[in-house]
Order: sequence, then C-alpha cells, then structure tokens
Amino acid sequence: MILQTIVFIVLALFICICSVLAVSTSRILRAATYLLFVLFGTAGIYFQLDYSFLGAVQLLIYAGGITVLYVFSILLTSSQGDKAEPLKSGKMIAGLISTLAGLGMCLFVMLKHKFLPSHFELGELNVRTIGYALMGMEKYQYVLPFEVISILLLACIVGGIMIARKR
Amino acid sequence: MFDFSIVTHWIHNLLTSLMPDDLAVFIECLAIGICILLTYAIIAIIMIFMERKVCAAFQCRLGPMRVGPWGTIQVFADVFKMLIKEIIAIRHADKFLYNLAPYLVILASIMAFSCLPFNKGMAVLDFNVGIFFLMAASSIGIVGILLAGWSSNNKYSLIGAMRSGAQMISYELSVGLSLLTMIVFTDTMQFSEIVERQADGWFIFKGHIPAFIAFVIYLIAGNAEVNRGPFDLPEAESELTAGYHTEYSGMHFGLFYVAEFVNLFIIAGVAATIFLGGWMPLHIPGLEGFNTVMDYIPGFIWFFGKAFFVVWILMWFKWTFPRLRIDQILTLEWKYLVPIGLCNLLLMVIIVVFKLHF
Repeated sequence: MILQTIVFIVLALFICICSVLAVSTSRILRAATYLLFVLFGTAGIYFQLDYSFLGAVQLLIYAGGITVLYVFSILLTSSQGDKAEPLKSGKMIAGLISTLAGLGMCLFVMLKHKFLPSHFELGELNVRTIGYALMGMEKYQYVLPFEVISILLLACIVGGIMIARKR
Repeated sequence: MFDFSIVTHWIHNLLTSLMPDDLAVFIECLAIGICILLTYAIIAIIMIFMERKVCAAFQCRLGPMRVGPWGTIQVFADVFKMLIKEIIAIRHADKFLYNLAPYLVILASIMAFSCLPFNKGMAVLDFNVGIFFLMAASSIGIVGILLAGWSSNNKYSLIGAMRSGAQMISYELSVGLSLLTMIVFTDTMQFSEIVERQADGWFIFKGHIPAFIAFVIYLIAGNAEVNRGPFDLPEAESELTAGYHTEYSGMHFGLFYVAEFVNLFIIAGVAATIFLGGWMPLHIPGLEGFNTVMDYIPGFIWFFGKAFFVVWILMWFKWTFPRLRIDQILTLEWKYLVPIGLCNLLLMVIIVVFKLHF
C-alpha cells in the first residue's frame, strides 16, 4: 500500500499546486492550461481508484472538450500579450477570506460526517452496470436526469445557433 | 497461439520473490514505460522510412538511396540531425506554453499508443472501457496543437492551429460514430475481448455491410483526425508555410513530426484491431486444418502486418488525392459523413437485433 499512498500524495500535491497557479497567474491562457492539469490530476485519482470509466469521461469531457472550448474562445477573443490587471489588495483579501471559509466548511463537514463503511471491491466496475444505472428506470437508476440534461443541452444548442446565425 | 502473458507473469513472480510487492510493481511500471517509449521510437522511424519510400513509389522515384543499403540509415541520420539542432526561443512569446505544447501532443499520442494490443497477453492498458479511453486520450492532442499555434506569436501558426482544431473536433465525431457502430456489434469496449470475439471470423466479414461502411468512414475520418493526406490543411505549405509548427525547431519540431506519424500508426492499429481482427489469425469456420496452420504464425506478425497494410492504404490516399479546401473539408464531414454514420449505426442496430450477421 506504500506505493498507492505515494501516488496519491503526488497526485494531490500536483492538483493543489496547479489549482493555486490557475487562479494566481495573470495570463488567461496559462490559467486554462493549469486548469487542464488540475483535471488531469483528478482523472489520475479516478484511475487510481480503478474507476476507469469516470477517469476516461473526465479526460474526454473536461480535458478534451471543455478545455478545448475555453482555449478556442480565448484564441478568438484575446491577443498575444494580454495580461489581467494586478489584483487590488481589497479584492485579494476578500478572495482569501472566502477561500478559507470554503476550506473550513469542507473540512468541518468531512471530519464531522460519519461515513458509512465502504464496500470497496477490487477491480474495475463492469461497464454494463454503469450502463444500466444510467439508462434504467428502477430505484437508483437515472434515466430521468439523463433525459432532462439532454433536453437542456438541446436547448443550449438551439440557443447557440439562434445567436450565431446571420439574419 | 503464443500467449505473451506467460512471460509477464514469470517476470512478475520473479520480482515479487526477490523484493517487496510495491517495489516490484514500481520497477515493472518503469520497465513498461521504457518499453513503450522504445517501441514508439522504433515505429516512428519505420513509419518515416515507409512514408518516403511509398511516396517515392507513387511518384515514380526511388526515394532515399545514398545512405546505407536502399537508404535504410537515412532516417537515423535525420533523427541525429534533429537532435543536435538548436531549439530557437521566440521573442515576445509565452515561453512556458511554447515549450509545453509539443509534450502535450506527444503525451496524448503515447497514451493512445499504449492501448493497442500487439499480441495475445501483450497490451499495456487493457481497461474495460478501452476504446472510450483511447478516444479520450487522443482528444488531448488538440489542446497541444491549439497552444502551439497561439504561443508561437505568429499569424500563420494561429490560423493553422484554428483550422486544425476545427477539423479535428469535427472528424472526432465520425471516428466516434463508426467505432460506436462496431461497439453495438461487439457489445464490449475492451480491446482484448474484442480481439477474442473475432476468433471465428474478423468483424469486417461478420458484420458485412454496416461494418464495411463503418470501416471506410473510419479510414477517411481517421486520416483527417491525424491531419494527413488530402486533409493536411493545418500545415498546408503553400498557404501557411507549416501551420502550427512553423516556429518550432530542433527536437520540439521533431516531437510534432513523430507524433503525427505514430498517430497515423495508431489509427491504422485501431482499424486493424476492430475491423481486421488485431492479432487474431485468419480463421475460416469449418476449415480446421487451415485454421491450425494460420495459428502457427505469431500474433504480433498478424497485428503489424494488418496495421502496416492499413497504413499503406492511408499513404496511398495521401499521395493520390489533391488537398481539399477548409469549407470542403467541413462540408464533407457535417453534410455527408455524419449523416451516413448515423444511418449506418441504425442499420447496425437492426442487423444486431434481428441477428442478420454471421
């Protein structure tokens, strides 16, 4: 188990450092790149937990989809050498306070909460199980949220086309 | 059929008997990493040599002939030249992103490469979501290309990167649809499992019409996905000098170059695995004698034979057809390939439901 712990510590440090860098850098494309690294690290933790489906989804949707979208829109809107203005000290302090408050709340909930004993099984989760859970109609199966989200996405696509098309 | 997992199990048992488990696993990971990188480099060298010779053959030339017998040492000389060239730093460019971009591209390529099953029991990553993981891994390369184009501080690079991004995102859809068609047929996404199910005939024969259509769509879309062939707009020399890697020199350019060739091999390897049976020999149900003879040929020879056959087809494309315009590329994808792919998916579902396949 030492190896697992070392891998986890390395991934956790990587995620922490990259997320701090993502909010503290003044160039927007660098921030997007650090965000990409944070998402890589999270995917790494999913792979470490043997949940390769979620890891692959994380890579495909977030790293390959959303970050590409961000980078694309940054390429279209900002030019080389654009830098954000340096933060005023008031904003910096407000940001720090809200970050610390969030951290405190998370820690409080996590340390106070009594977790159920975990039923961790070694090995990968069968894709068939995930498929039934996503598309089934029984208890603990999620076809309704799935469909609602797809309607939301359809609405987004139609809205995007409405905004973008020439009249 | 030689099973490579005998060797890996032997190594694992030997290492665990000598040292604690964690250390053994760590050493195995290191060894596998080195093996992947070596195979990656060797395949890149073979592909570059093959590209030159095939290109020459289609243009009625001989190709490289001076360095070594039939020019075989030419590629090694080129690699050496690339290694000792200076890496030029661009003024007024974001150095961090500029230096990072080629490594993102190569990372995506290596992750996808390690999914390929070379032989029975010889696959590095064999998740039960194998194909999905491969798609996810190869989609990271787009970020690298976009970053390369932006951080070069050059209009040509930026236009090349934008074209490349638009093209790769669109064609990923067709690649995904044709792979999805085959997943409907196989009802598994694990590479080793997919190969095992082709023991009584490859999928291109078992799935007949929809499998063949999916194969053709996959080849076209895969060729566009690696920015080659008639779809090499991102680096159209005549209009954009070299597209997103105009400003790169030395080994940084070399990484883009190598990644492009190995991505071509990965596309061919996946096509070989999913449609042509991977390492599975040609089996014809009913002809037992023929099947046993075929089993004597080792699996990796089958795999590389099929993969390089597909590579050869893709190179034939590249050196035969003229380059398309960007609007023609996007029209081909969105107005023809995607609708055909969707109809083909429906056709495959009908065939699977009514059991019309072999």
